[in-house]
Amino acid sequence: MKYKEKILAMLDQDGRMTAAQIARMLGATEQEIQQEIETLENENVILGYKAVIDWDKTSDETVTAQIEVRITPQKGMGFDEIARQICSYPQVQSAYLMSGGFDLTIIITGHTMREISQFVSENLAPMESVVSTATHFIMKKYKDQGVVYDPSTQDTREVMITW
Amino acid sequence: MVNYSELYSERVKIVKPSGIRKFFDIVATMDGAISLGVGEPDFETPWQIRRAGITSLEKGKTFYTSNWGLAELRAEIANKIEQKHGLSYDPDKEILVTVGGSEAIDNTIRAFVSVGDEVLIPEPSFVCYTPLTIMAGGTPVTVPTVAEDEFKLTPERLRAAITPKTKLLVLPFPNNPTGAIMNRKELEAIAEVIRDTNILVLSDEIYCDLTYEGEHVCFAEIDGMRERTIVVGGFSKSYAMTGWRLGWAMGPREMMAPVCKIHQFGIMSAPTTAQFAGIEAIRSGDADVNRMRTQYDMRRRYLVEELRNMGLDCFEPMGAFYVFPSIKDTKMTSEEFCNRLLEEQKVAVVPGNAFGESGEGHVRISYSYSMAHLKEAMRRMRAFLESIKN
Repeated sequence: MKYKEKILAMLDQDGRMTAAQIARMLGATEQEIQQEIETLENENVILGYKAVIDWDKTSDETVTAQIEVRITPQKGMGFDEIARQICSYPQVQSAYLMSGGFDLTIIITGHTMREISQFVSENLAPMESVVSTATHFIMKKYKDQGVVYDPSTQDTREVMITW
Repeated sequence: MVNYSELYSERVKIVKPSGIRKFFDIVATMDGAISLGVGEPDFETPWQIRRAGITSLEKGKTFYTSNWGLAELRAEIANKIEQKHGLSYDPDKEILVTVGGSEAIDNTIRAFVSVGDEVLIPEPSFVCYTPLTIMAGGTPVTVPTVAEDEFKLTPERLRAAITPKTKLLVLPFPNNPTGAIMNRKELEAIAEVIRDTNILVLSDEIYCDLTYEGEHVCFAEIDGMRERTIVVGGFSKSYAMTGWRLGWAMGPREMMAPVCKIHQFGIMSAPTTAQFAGIEAIRSGDADVNRMRTQYDMRRRYLVEELRNMGLDCFEPMGAFYVFPSIKDTKMTSEEFCNRLLEEQKVAVVPGNAFGESGEGHVRISYSYSMAHLKEAMRRMRAFLESIKN
Protein backbone atom coordinates (compact mmCIF):
# COMPACT_ATOMS: atom_id res chain seq x y z
CA MET A 1 0.00 0.00 0.00
CA LYS A 2 1.82 2.98 -1.37
CA TYR A 3 -0.09 5.74 0.39
CA LYS A 4 -1.05 4.03 3.64
CA GLU A 5 0.71 6.34 6.12
CA LYS A 6 -0.37 9.47 4.32
CA ILE A 7 -3.99 8.40 3.98
CA LEU A 8 -4.13 7.53 7.68
CA ALA A 9 -2.56 10.84 8.68
CA MET A 10 -5.04 12.75 6.53
CA LEU A 11 -8.11 10.87 7.73
CA ASP A 12 -6.89 11.21 11.30
CA GLN A 13 -7.03 14.98 10.74
CA ASP A 14 -10.30 15.02 8.85
CA GLY A 15 -12.35 11.86 8.63
CA ARG A 16 -14.67 13.35 6.04
CA MET A 17 -12.03 13.78 3.42
CA THR A 18 -13.09 11.96 0.30
CA ALA A 19 -10.97 9.57 -1.70
CA ALA A 20 -11.06 12.07 -4.56
CA GLN A 21 -9.67 14.85 -2.39
CA ILE A 22 -6.96 12.67 -0.92
CA ALA A 23 -6.04 11.48 -4.39
CA ARG A 24 -5.66 15.05 -5.58
CA MET A 25 -3.51 16.03 -2.66
CA LEU A 26 -1.21 13.04 -3.06
CA GLY A 27 -1.07 13.03 -6.83
CA ALA A 28 -2.71 9.58 -7.00
CA THR A 29 -5.84 8.35 -8.75
CA GLU A 30 -9.13 8.26 -6.92
CA GLN A 31 -9.41 4.54 -7.53
CA GLU A 32 -6.02 3.82 -5.96
CA ILE A 33 -6.96 5.73 -2.83
CA GLN A 34 -10.44 4.22 -2.67
CA GLN A 35 -8.93 0.74 -2.81
CA GLU A 36 -6.39 1.47 -0.10
CA ILE A 37 -9.04 2.93 2.18
CA GLU A 38 -11.23 -0.12 1.69
CA THR A 39 -8.34 -2.42 2.50
CA LEU A 40 -7.57 -0.40 5.63
CA GLU A 41 -11.21 -0.67 6.67
CA ASN A 42 -11.36 -4.39 5.97
CA GLU A 43 -8.19 -4.99 7.95
CA ASN A 44 -9.68 -3.01 10.86
CA VAL A 45 -6.87 -0.49 10.69
CA ILE A 46 -9.53 2.14 10.19
CA LEU A 47 -12.19 1.23 12.74
CA GLY A 48 -14.66 4.02 12.21
CA TYR A 49 -15.30 7.69 11.54
CA LYS A 50 -16.75 10.07 14.11
CA ALA A 51 -17.45 13.74 14.63
CA VAL A 52 -15.75 15.58 17.48
CA ILE A 53 -18.61 17.32 19.25
CA ASP A 54 -18.61 19.95 21.94
CA TRP A 55 -21.71 18.72 23.79
CA ASP A 56 -21.63 21.74 26.08
CA LYS A 57 -22.82 23.78 23.13
CA THR A 58 -25.93 21.63 22.80
CA SER A 59 -28.98 21.23 25.01
CA ASP A 60 -27.92 17.67 25.56
CA GLU A 61 -26.50 17.52 29.11
CA THR A 62 -23.54 15.19 29.24
CA VAL A 63 -21.28 14.24 32.09
CA THR A 64 -17.99 12.50 31.52
CA ALA A 65 -15.94 10.69 34.10
CA GLN A 66 -12.65 8.90 34.17
CA ILE A 67 -12.64 5.81 36.36
CA GLU A 68 -9.51 4.14 37.60
CA VAL A 69 -10.12 0.47 38.17
CA ARG A 70 -7.99 -2.06 40.06
CA ILE A 71 -8.48 -5.65 39.13
CA THR A 72 -7.51 -9.06 40.38
CA PRO A 73 -7.56 -11.37 37.42
CA GLN A 74 -9.53 -14.52 38.15
CA LYS A 75 -8.77 -17.98 36.93
CA GLY A 76 -9.65 -18.19 33.27
CA MET A 77 -10.39 -14.51 33.22
CA GLY A 78 -7.45 -12.23 32.36
CA PHE A 79 -7.44 -8.48 31.86
CA ASP A 80 -8.65 -8.80 28.28
CA GLU A 81 -11.73 -10.75 29.26
CA ILE A 82 -12.67 -8.32 32.03
CA ALA A 83 -12.05 -5.33 29.80
CA ARG A 84 -14.24 -6.83 27.12
CA GLN A 85 -17.04 -7.26 29.64
CA ILE A 86 -16.74 -3.66 30.72
CA CYS A 87 -16.64 -2.46 27.11
CA SER A 88 -19.95 -4.12 26.40
CA TYR A 89 -21.71 -1.34 28.31
CA PRO A 90 -22.66 1.31 25.75
CA GLN A 91 -21.96 4.19 28.14
CA VAL A 92 -18.29 3.18 28.25
CA GLN A 93 -16.56 5.39 25.70
CA SER A 94 -12.99 4.23 26.17
CA ALA A 95 -11.17 1.57 28.11
CA TYR A 96 -7.41 1.30 28.41
CA LEU A 97 -5.09 -1.13 30.15
CA MET A 98 -2.65 0.93 32.20
CA SER A 99 0.80 0.64 33.68
CA GLY A 100 1.31 1.96 37.21
CA GLY A 101 -0.92 2.16 40.25
CA PHE A 102 -4.11 0.78 38.77
CA ASP A 103 -5.10 -1.48 35.90
CA LEU A 104 -7.83 -0.01 33.74
CA THR A 105 -8.85 3.51 32.84
CA ILE A 106 -12.44 3.77 31.78
CA ILE A 107 -14.00 6.85 30.23
CA ILE A 108 -17.72 6.91 30.67
CA THR A 109 -20.45 9.36 29.74
CA GLY A 110 -23.92 9.81 31.13
CA HIS A 111 -26.60 12.45 31.42
CA THR A 112 -26.12 13.07 35.12
CA MET A 113 -23.56 12.39 37.82
CA ARG A 114 -26.10 10.17 39.42
CA GLU A 115 -26.29 8.02 36.35
CA ILE A 116 -22.57 7.55 36.39
CA SER A 117 -22.39 6.75 40.10
CA GLN A 118 -25.13 4.26 39.57
CA PHE A 119 -23.13 2.56 36.85
CA VAL A 120 -20.11 2.38 39.14
CA SER A 121 -21.99 1.09 42.13
CA GLU A 122 -24.35 -1.26 40.35
CA ASN A 123 -22.40 -2.50 37.36
CA LEU A 124 -18.70 -1.95 37.77
CA ALA A 125 -17.87 -2.29 41.46
CA PRO A 126 -19.81 -5.55 41.99
CA MET A 127 -17.81 -7.36 39.29
CA GLU A 128 -15.96 -10.18 40.93
CA SER A 129 -12.50 -9.22 39.69
CA VAL A 130 -12.83 -5.52 40.44
CA VAL A 131 -10.96 -4.68 43.62
CA SER A 132 -11.54 -0.95 43.72
CA THR A 133 -12.63 2.02 41.65
CA ALA A 134 -11.86 5.75 41.79
CA THR A 135 -14.12 8.03 39.82
CA HIS A 136 -13.01 11.46 38.59
CA PHE A 137 -15.54 13.72 36.91
CA ILE A 138 -14.29 15.78 34.01
CA MET A 139 -15.08 19.43 34.59
CA LYS A 140 -14.10 21.01 31.32
CA LYS A 141 -12.61 19.83 28.05
CA TYR A 142 -9.90 21.90 26.42
CA LYS A 143 -8.78 19.44 23.79
CA ASP A 144 -10.07 16.05 22.74
CA GLN A 145 -8.78 13.64 20.11
CA GLY A 146 -6.35 16.28 18.93
CA VAL A 147 -9.05 18.89 18.48
CA VAL A 148 -8.93 22.11 20.50
CA TYR A 149 -12.24 23.24 22.00
CA ASP A 150 -13.15 26.87 21.40
CA PRO A 151 -10.27 27.52 19.05
CA SER A 152 -9.49 31.15 18.38
CA THR A 153 -9.99 31.22 14.64
CA GLN A 154 -9.03 34.83 14.16
CA ASP A 155 -6.40 35.08 11.45
CA THR A 156 -4.40 38.15 12.38
CA ARG A 157 -1.91 37.90 9.55
CA GLU A 158 -1.57 40.95 7.31
CA VAL A 159 -1.29 41.12 3.57
CA MET A 160 2.14 42.65 3.16
CA ILE A 161 2.08 43.60 -0.50
CA THR A 162 1.22 47.22 -0.06
CA TRP A 163 2.74 50.50 -0.83
CA MET B 1 0.80 74.84 7.47
CA VAL B 2 3.45 72.42 6.38
CA ASN B 3 2.81 70.97 2.97
CA TYR B 4 4.29 67.59 3.69
CA SER B 5 3.88 66.04 0.27
CA GLU B 6 6.16 68.72 -1.18
CA LEU B 7 8.77 67.82 1.35
CA TYR B 8 8.94 64.12 0.54
CA SER B 9 12.20 63.17 -1.12
CA GLU B 10 12.10 62.83 -4.89
CA ARG B 11 12.91 59.14 -4.69
CA VAL B 12 10.11 58.40 -2.29
CA LYS B 13 7.71 60.34 -4.49
CA ILE B 14 8.54 58.25 -7.54
CA VAL B 15 7.28 55.13 -5.79
CA LYS B 16 3.56 55.29 -6.47
CA PRO B 17 0.96 53.89 -4.11
CA SER B 18 -0.82 50.75 -5.25
CA GLY B 19 -4.46 49.90 -4.74
CA ILE B 20 -3.77 46.68 -2.88
CA ARG B 21 -3.83 48.22 0.56
CA LYS B 22 -7.28 49.66 -0.04
CA PHE B 23 -8.52 46.37 -1.45
CA PHE B 24 -7.46 44.40 1.61
CA ASP B 25 -8.73 47.08 3.96
CA ILE B 26 -12.14 46.37 2.49
CA VAL B 27 -11.60 42.64 2.98
CA ALA B 28 -10.79 43.19 6.64
CA THR B 29 -14.08 44.94 7.32
CA MET B 30 -16.29 42.72 5.15
CA ASP B 31 -18.36 40.26 7.14
CA GLY B 32 -17.78 36.68 6.06
CA ALA B 33 -15.03 37.51 3.60
CA ILE B 34 -12.23 34.99 3.33
CA SER B 35 -8.78 35.89 2.20
CA LEU B 36 -6.24 33.95 0.20
CA GLY B 37 -3.96 36.95 0.19
CA VAL B 38 -1.52 36.34 2.97
CA GLY B 39 2.09 35.64 2.05
CA GLU B 40 3.38 34.06 5.21
CA PRO B 41 3.11 30.58 6.76
CA ASP B 42 -0.08 29.73 8.64
CA PHE B 43 1.96 27.61 11.05
CA GLU B 44 3.22 29.01 14.32
CA THR B 45 6.96 28.88 14.87
CA PRO B 46 7.77 25.36 16.15
CA TRP B 47 7.75 25.30 19.93
CA GLN B 48 11.37 24.41 20.61
CA ILE B 49 12.43 27.41 18.53
CA ARG B 50 10.13 29.75 20.46
CA ARG B 51 11.42 28.18 23.66
CA ALA B 52 15.01 29.00 22.67
CA GLY B 53 14.02 32.64 22.23
CA ILE B 54 12.29 32.67 25.61
CA THR B 55 15.24 31.00 27.31
CA SER B 56 17.60 33.62 25.91
CA LEU B 57 15.40 36.31 27.46
CA GLU B 58 15.32 34.49 30.77
CA LYS B 59 19.09 34.37 30.72
CA GLY B 60 19.23 38.10 30.16
CA LYS B 61 20.49 37.96 26.57
CA THR B 62 19.07 41.39 25.85
CA PHE B 63 22.05 43.18 24.33
CA TYR B 64 23.22 43.99 20.81
CA THR B 65 25.16 41.26 19.12
CA SER B 66 28.14 41.77 16.84
CA ASN B 67 27.18 43.69 13.68
CA TRP B 68 27.54 40.49 11.72
CA GLY B 69 25.28 38.58 14.11
CA LEU B 70 25.99 35.93 16.77
CA ALA B 71 29.04 33.89 15.81
CA GLU B 72 27.20 30.71 16.78
CA LEU B 73 24.33 31.52 14.45
CA ARG B 74 26.62 32.36 11.54
CA ALA B 75 28.44 29.08 12.10
CA GLU B 76 25.11 27.22 11.94
CA ILE B 77 24.13 29.04 8.75
CA ALA B 78 27.50 28.20 7.21
CA ASN B 79 27.01 24.52 8.17
CA LYS B 80 23.55 24.39 6.72
CA ILE B 81 24.70 25.89 3.42
CA GLU B 82 27.71 23.59 3.28
CA GLN B 83 25.55 20.52 3.86
CA LYS B 84 22.80 21.47 1.46
CA HIS B 85 24.76 23.04 -1.34
CA GLY B 86 28.38 22.04 -0.81
CA LEU B 87 29.27 25.73 -0.64
CA SER B 88 31.73 27.05 1.85
CA TYR B 89 31.27 30.54 3.29
CA ASP B 90 33.45 32.03 5.98
CA PRO B 91 31.09 32.74 8.89
CA ASP B 92 33.32 35.64 9.97
CA LYS B 93 33.31 37.79 6.86
CA GLU B 94 30.95 36.24 4.38
CA ILE B 95 27.68 35.79 6.25
CA LEU B 96 25.69 38.73 7.59
CA VAL B 97 22.64 38.19 9.80
CA THR B 98 19.94 40.66 8.81
CA VAL B 99 16.47 41.83 9.80
CA GLY B 100 14.67 39.39 7.54
CA GLY B 101 15.51 38.75 3.91
CA SER B 102 14.13 42.21 3.14
CA GLU B 103 16.98 44.02 4.82
CA ALA B 104 19.48 41.82 3.01
CA ILE B 105 17.86 42.75 -0.31
CA ASP B 106 17.78 46.47 0.51
CA ASN B 107 21.39 46.56 1.67
CA THR B 108 22.64 44.60 -1.31
CA ILE B 109 20.95 46.94 -3.75
CA ARG B 110 22.21 49.99 -1.92
CA ALA B 111 25.73 48.61 -1.66
CA PHE B 112 26.15 48.23 -5.41
CA VAL B 113 23.66 50.42 -7.23
CA SER B 114 24.63 54.02 -8.04
CA VAL B 115 22.53 56.65 -9.77
CA GLY B 116 21.94 55.53 -13.33
CA ASP B 117 22.81 51.87 -12.74
CA GLU B 118 20.28 49.43 -14.09
CA VAL B 119 18.90 46.56 -12.03
CA LEU B 120 17.33 43.67 -13.92
CA ILE B 121 14.21 42.45 -12.18
CA PRO B 122 12.36 39.41 -13.53
CA GLU B 123 8.62 39.90 -13.14
CA PRO B 124 6.14 38.89 -11.85
CA SER B 125 8.03 38.94 -8.58
CA PHE B 126 7.92 40.11 -5.00
CA VAL B 127 7.08 43.79 -4.83
CA CYS B 128 10.16 45.15 -3.08
CA TYR B 129 12.89 45.05 -5.73
CA THR B 130 11.63 47.91 -7.87
CA PRO B 131 10.92 50.44 -5.06
CA LEU B 132 14.19 49.61 -3.31
CA THR B 133 16.09 50.10 -6.56
CA ILE B 134 14.40 53.45 -7.10
CA MET B 135 15.12 54.56 -3.57
CA ALA B 136 18.76 53.62 -4.07
CA GLY B 137 18.82 55.89 -7.11
CA GLY B 138 19.04 53.05 -9.60
CA THR B 139 16.90 52.30 -12.61
CA PRO B 140 14.74 49.20 -12.43
CA VAL B 141 14.54 47.26 -15.69
CA THR B 142 11.91 44.58 -15.66
CA VAL B 143 12.43 41.31 -17.47
CA PRO B 144 9.11 39.61 -18.06
CA THR B 145 8.63 35.90 -17.42
CA VAL B 146 5.64 34.12 -18.89
CA ALA B 147 3.54 31.04 -18.26
CA GLU B 148 4.71 29.49 -21.56
CA ASP B 149 8.25 29.42 -20.11
CA GLU B 150 6.89 28.17 -16.76
CA PHE B 151 7.67 31.67 -15.46
CA LYS B 152 11.37 30.98 -15.62
CA LEU B 153 13.92 33.60 -16.61
CA THR B 154 15.20 32.65 -20.06
CA PRO B 155 18.70 33.50 -21.32
CA GLU B 156 17.15 35.15 -24.38
CA ARG B 157 15.07 37.58 -22.37
CA LEU B 158 17.98 38.24 -20.05
CA ARG B 159 20.36 38.94 -22.91
CA ALA B 160 17.85 41.33 -24.49
CA ALA B 161 17.62 43.35 -21.28
CA ILE B 162 21.33 43.78 -20.67
CA THR B 163 22.89 47.18 -21.47
CA PRO B 164 26.27 48.70 -20.60
CA LYS B 165 24.54 50.19 -17.56
CA THR B 166 23.40 46.87 -16.12
CA LYS B 167 24.85 46.50 -12.64
CA LEU B 168 22.77 43.89 -10.87
CA LEU B 169 20.54 40.96 -11.75
CA VAL B 170 17.88 39.88 -9.28
CA LEU B 171 17.09 36.16 -9.32
CA PRO B 172 13.89 35.64 -7.34
CA PHE B 173 13.49 31.85 -7.34
CA PRO B 174 11.55 29.95 -6.00
CA ASN B 175 9.28 32.75 -7.04
CA ASN B 176 6.59 34.69 -5.27
CA PRO B 177 3.93 34.97 -6.81
CA THR B 178 4.31 32.37 -9.58
CA GLY B 179 5.80 29.42 -7.70
CA ALA B 180 8.34 28.98 -10.49
CA ILE B 181 11.73 27.44 -9.77
CA MET B 182 14.94 27.27 -11.78
CA ASN B 183 16.80 23.98 -12.07
CA ARG B 184 20.55 23.60 -12.45
CA LYS B 185 20.54 23.53 -16.21
CA GLU B 186 18.41 26.64 -16.45
CA LEU B 187 20.61 28.47 -13.96
CA GLU B 188 23.66 27.44 -15.96
CA ALA B 189 22.15 29.03 -19.04
CA ILE B 190 21.68 32.27 -17.08
CA ALA B 191 25.23 32.07 -15.80
CA GLU B 192 26.48 31.67 -19.35
CA VAL B 193 24.96 35.02 -20.31
CA ILE B 194 26.60 36.99 -17.52
CA ARG B 195 29.86 35.06 -17.12
CA ASP B 196 32.03 37.45 -19.13
CA THR B 197 30.38 40.60 -17.81
CA ASN B 198 30.69 42.59 -14.59
CA ILE B 199 27.05 42.02 -13.74
CA LEU B 200 26.44 41.10 -10.11
CA VAL B 201 23.64 38.86 -8.90
CA LEU B 202 21.25 39.14 -6.00
CA SER B 203 19.77 35.66 -5.63
CA ASP B 204 16.75 35.85 -3.36
CA GLU B 205 16.35 32.27 -2.17
CA ILE B 206 14.09 32.91 0.80
CA TYR B 207 11.73 30.10 -0.34
CA CYS B 208 14.53 27.58 -0.99
CA ASP B 209 13.23 25.05 1.56
CA LEU B 210 9.79 25.10 -0.02
CA THR B 211 10.66 23.33 -3.26
CA TYR B 212 8.38 20.45 -4.18
CA GLU B 213 10.09 18.83 -7.13
CA GLY B 214 13.79 18.07 -6.99
CA GLU B 215 16.35 19.81 -4.81
CA HIS B 216 16.75 23.55 -4.72
CA VAL B 217 19.94 24.68 -6.45
CA CYS B 218 21.70 27.72 -5.00
CA PHE B 219 22.85 30.07 -7.75
CA ALA B 220 26.31 30.29 -6.15
CA GLU B 221 26.76 26.58 -6.91
CA ILE B 222 26.93 27.36 -10.60
CA ASP B 223 30.46 27.54 -11.92
CA GLY B 224 31.94 31.03 -11.58
CA MET B 225 28.85 32.53 -9.93
CA ARG B 226 29.86 32.47 -6.28
CA GLU B 227 32.31 35.33 -6.83
CA ARG B 228 29.59 37.67 -8.09
CA THR B 229 26.52 36.60 -6.15
CA ILE B 230 24.93 37.63 -2.92
CA VAL B 231 22.54 34.93 -1.77
CA VAL B 232 19.67 36.06 0.41
CA GLY B 233 18.20 33.49 2.77
CA GLY B 234 16.16 33.53 5.90
CA PHE B 235 14.10 31.87 8.56
CA SER B 236 10.68 33.36 7.79
CA LYS B 237 9.36 30.92 5.22
CA SER B 238 11.36 27.80 6.08
CA TYR B 239 10.73 27.77 9.82
CA ALA B 240 7.53 29.85 9.95
CA MET B 241 9.35 32.70 11.67
CA THR B 242 8.15 35.77 9.77
CA GLY B 243 7.51 37.90 12.83
CA TRP B 244 10.97 37.28 14.26
CA ARG B 245 12.52 39.24 11.38
CA LEU B 246 15.59 37.14 10.77
CA GLY B 247 17.47 36.52 7.55
CA TRP B 248 20.91 36.61 6.09
CA ALA B 249 23.02 37.77 3.18
CA MET B 250 25.90 35.61 2.07
CA GLY B 251 28.58 36.31 -0.50
CA PRO B 252 32.28 36.72 -1.15
CA ARG B 253 34.06 38.81 1.45
CA GLU B 254 34.63 41.74 -0.92
CA MET B 255 30.93 41.95 -1.67
CA MET B 256 29.82 41.52 1.92
CA ALA B 257 31.97 44.34 3.30
CA PRO B 258 29.83 47.17 1.83
CA VAL B 259 26.61 45.30 2.64
CA CYS B 260 27.68 45.05 6.27
CA LYS B 261 28.72 48.70 6.24
CA ILE B 262 25.16 49.77 5.50
CA HIS B 263 23.81 47.28 8.03
CA GLN B 264 26.02 48.51 10.86
CA PHE B 265 24.93 52.12 10.47
CA GLY B 266 21.29 51.48 9.71
CA ILE B 267 20.49 48.48 11.89
CA MET B 268 23.49 47.69 14.14
CA SER B 269 22.45 44.09 14.66
CA ALA B 270 19.47 41.84 14.03
CA PRO B 271 17.16 41.21 17.01
CA THR B 272 19.07 39.22 19.61
CA THR B 273 16.14 37.08 20.74
CA ALA B 274 15.45 36.09 17.16
CA GLN B 275 19.09 35.17 16.64
CA PHE B 276 19.03 32.77 19.58
CA ALA B 277 15.84 31.24 18.24
CA GLY B 278 17.48 30.98 14.82
CA ILE B 279 20.32 28.85 16.20
CA GLU B 280 17.76 26.37 17.52
CA ALA B 281 15.85 26.48 14.25
CA ILE B 282 18.83 25.32 12.22
CA ARG B 283 19.88 22.75 14.81
CA SER B 284 16.55 21.05 15.33
CA GLY B 285 14.09 22.43 12.79
CA ASP B 286 14.55 20.02 9.87
CA ALA B 287 11.68 17.76 10.88
CA ASP B 288 9.42 20.78 11.22
CA VAL B 289 10.43 22.09 7.82
CA ASN B 290 9.59 18.70 6.31
CA ARG B 291 6.26 18.52 8.11
CA MET B 292 5.21 21.95 6.87
CA ARG B 293 6.49 21.32 3.36
CA THR B 294 4.41 18.13 3.19
CA GLN B 295 1.34 20.09 4.19
CA TYR B 296 2.00 22.84 1.65
CA ASP B 297 2.62 20.26 -1.02
CA MET B 298 -0.74 18.58 -0.45
CA ARG B 299 -2.54 21.90 -0.53
CA ARG B 300 -0.66 22.86 -3.68
CA ARG B 301 -1.78 19.72 -5.50
CA TYR B 302 -5.32 20.20 -4.28
CA LEU B 303 -5.51 23.81 -5.49
CA VAL B 304 -3.97 23.17 -8.89
CA GLU B 305 -6.44 20.34 -9.52
CA GLU B 306 -9.39 22.34 -8.26
CA LEU B 307 -8.53 25.40 -10.33
CA ARG B 308 -7.97 23.33 -13.43
CA ASN B 309 -11.28 21.55 -12.85
CA MET B 310 -12.95 24.93 -12.73
CA GLY B 311 -11.58 25.56 -16.18
CA LEU B 312 -8.76 27.91 -15.25
CA ASP B 313 -5.44 27.57 -16.97
CA CYS B 314 -3.08 26.91 -14.10
CA PHE B 315 0.67 26.61 -14.28
CA GLU B 316 1.90 24.01 -11.79
CA PRO B 317 3.95 25.86 -9.18
CA MET B 318 7.03 24.00 -7.94
CA GLY B 319 8.04 26.20 -5.03
CA ALA B 320 6.93 28.75 -2.43
CA PHE B 321 3.24 28.63 -1.39
CA TYR B 322 1.33 30.31 -4.18
CA VAL B 323 -0.56 29.30 -7.27
CA PHE B 324 -0.85 31.80 -10.07
CA PRO B 325 -3.69 30.76 -12.37
CA SER B 326 -4.52 32.62 -15.54
CA ILE B 327 -7.92 34.30 -15.59
CA LYS B 328 -7.60 35.51 -19.17
CA ASP B 329 -10.44 33.28 -20.36
CA THR B 330 -12.86 35.27 -18.24
CA LYS B 331 -12.05 38.34 -20.38
CA MET B 332 -11.58 40.33 -17.20
CA THR B 333 -8.50 42.18 -16.06
CA SER B 334 -6.87 40.89 -12.90
CA GLU B 335 -8.29 43.73 -10.88
CA GLU B 336 -11.80 43.35 -12.26
CA PHE B 337 -11.67 39.66 -11.49
CA CYS B 338 -10.50 40.27 -7.93
CA ASN B 339 -13.03 43.01 -7.28
CA ARG B 340 -15.93 40.93 -8.57
CA LEU B 341 -14.80 37.78 -6.79
CA LEU B 342 -14.73 39.76 -3.57
CA GLU B 343 -18.06 41.46 -4.15
CA GLU B 344 -19.94 38.39 -5.33
CA GLN B 345 -18.40 35.54 -3.35
CA LYS B 346 -16.40 37.35 -0.68
CA VAL B 347 -13.10 35.74 -1.55
CA ALA B 348 -10.00 37.91 -1.69
CA VAL B 349 -7.10 36.99 -3.95
CA VAL B 350 -4.33 39.28 -5.16
CA PRO B 351 -4.40 40.63 -8.73
CA GLY B 352 -1.36 39.42 -10.65
CA ASN B 353 -0.44 42.90 -11.88
CA ALA B 354 0.45 43.81 -8.28
CA PHE B 355 3.65 41.87 -9.00
CA GLY B 356 4.46 43.67 -12.24
CA GLU B 357 2.76 44.24 -15.55
CA SER B 358 3.57 40.75 -16.79
CA GLY B 359 1.40 39.42 -13.98
CA GLU B 360 -1.68 40.89 -15.65
CA GLY B 361 -4.22 38.22 -16.52
CA HIS B 362 -3.33 36.18 -13.43
CA VAL B 363 -4.24 36.15 -9.77
CA ARG B 364 -2.15 35.03 -6.86
CA ILE B 365 -3.67 32.50 -4.50
CA SER B 366 -1.78 31.71 -1.35
CA TYR B 367 -2.05 28.26 0.18
CA SER B 368 -0.70 29.18 3.55
CA TYR B 369 -4.16 28.41 4.89
CA SER B 370 -5.84 25.35 6.41
CA MET B 371 -7.47 22.83 4.10
CA ALA B 372 -10.88 23.74 5.51
CA HIS B 373 -10.28 27.37 4.57
CA LEU B 374 -9.02 26.45 1.10
CA LYS B 375 -11.97 24.13 0.46
CA GLU B 376 -14.47 26.83 1.29
CA ALA B 377 -12.60 29.34 -0.84
CA MET B 378 -12.55 26.93 -3.79
CA ARG B 379 -16.25 26.25 -3.39
CA ARG B 380 -16.96 29.96 -3.63
CA MET B 381 -14.58 30.51 -6.49
CA ARG B 382 -16.22 27.73 -8.47
CA ALA B 383 -19.61 29.32 -7.87
CA PHE B 384 -18.22 32.64 -9.07
CA LEU B 385 -16.78 31.17 -12.26
CA GLU B 386 -20.02 29.35 -12.99
CA SER B 387 -22.06 32.50 -12.45
CA ILE B 388 -19.99 34.54 -14.90
CA LYS B 389 -20.23 31.83 -17.54
CA ASN B 390 -23.98 32.22 -17.62
